[in-house]
Amino acid sequence: MKLTLVTGLTGLILLATIVELLRRRQLREKYGMLWLGVLVIVIPLSLFPRLLDNVAGFFGVVSGVSLVLFLGIVFLLLVCVHLSWEVSALEEETRTLAEDFALLRAQIDAERAARLTEAARTTAAGRDELVSHDG
Amino acid sequence: MVNGKRVLIIIPALNESGSIADVVGEVRGELPGVDVLVVDDGSTDRTAAVAAAAGARVAKLPYNLGVGGAMRLGYRYARDNDYDVAIQIDADGQHDPRYVPKLVDLLDDNDLVIGARFAGEGDYSVRGPRRWAMVMLSGVLSRVAKTKLTDTTSGFRAANRRVIEMFARWYPAEYLGDTVETLVHTARRGYRIRQVPVAMRKRMAGTPSHSPAKAMIYLGRAFAVLTLALIRR
Repeated sequence: MKLTLVTGLTGLILLATIVELLRRRQLREKYGMLWLGVLVIVIPLSLFPRLLDNVAGFFGVVSGVSLVLFLGIVFLLLVCVHLSWEVSALEEETRTLAEDFALLRAQIDAERAARLTEAARTTAAGRDELVSHDG
Repeated sequence: MVNGKRVLIIIPALNESGSIADVVGEVRGELPGVDVLVVDDGSTDRTAAVAAAAGARVAKLPYNLGVGGAMRLGYRYARDNDYDVAIQIDADGQHDPRYVPKLVDLLDDNDLVIGARFAGEGDYSVRGPRRWAMVMLSGVLSRVAKTKLTDTTSGFRAANRRVIEMFARWYPAEYLGDTVETLVHTARRGYRIRQVPVAMRKRMAGTPSHSPAKAMIYLGRAFAVLTLALIRR
């Protein structure tokens, strides 16, 4: 009974955390929905751990709890791989942005340098002209 | 201009303020008609300012991307500014710019030309796991490229327009991707690769590592990178 209380409460606290994060727009919907879906499955199981015993028996697993543990680890592994994949995509995107940014900055620097030399040249030319008129 | 071609020298640099001015100065002195682009790969020292003062164009990345990231930026610059040839040299001064015309000449019949150590000119030797890695890489890559390649990790390369176009779109930022994987990719797409012997000089600044443990790790990573490159599309 005590165990059911602990697991059930943990599930409910997790659910509340996810909902709150979604409410504050701190979590993108695609991830929020994933975790909500997981909790919808996990909370009933935490309240009634025997629920999966029949399914477990079918797969040759003695206890439903073991099956949940196994599936949980597989699921978490998949989530980690997915996150690595997302980070790789993000790195590629930020890399392209950094390159674009560096190219633009180089272009601006080159244009400014060209403008400065042009300005210096026209000033010098103007001065020469004045001198020649005076002379 | 070198032999009627617009040439861009790309120098990827990370915290090389000690040697970059000399390298840029030497390139501009030996090759008056070429443009020099220093790609500052997120240096924390004055590399960009020193390079600009030495007369190079500078593209400064906001943070460190690795040699591969810096090089794709260089090739994008070469493509966008319509260069015929892009040549990559190291910022530590170990590549002699006097070989550049030789590399450019060979681009008439090749798409990618590599300036290689251990190919007859100069003295340069390595031993132990680092040597095994080099033997493995050059053996496999020579077969893939159907030409003799002895120094596959050389950072001294010249590319023509076709390869510039490809590298501007695709250039891996991972470890050894800038050398090993680009070679596999380039060879697989039917581009002609060729190496020329060049003498390497002592680095003007910085020291190469000699730790045996690091050499073993290098061998392992080189093997992993090579295998991955071969099974990738």
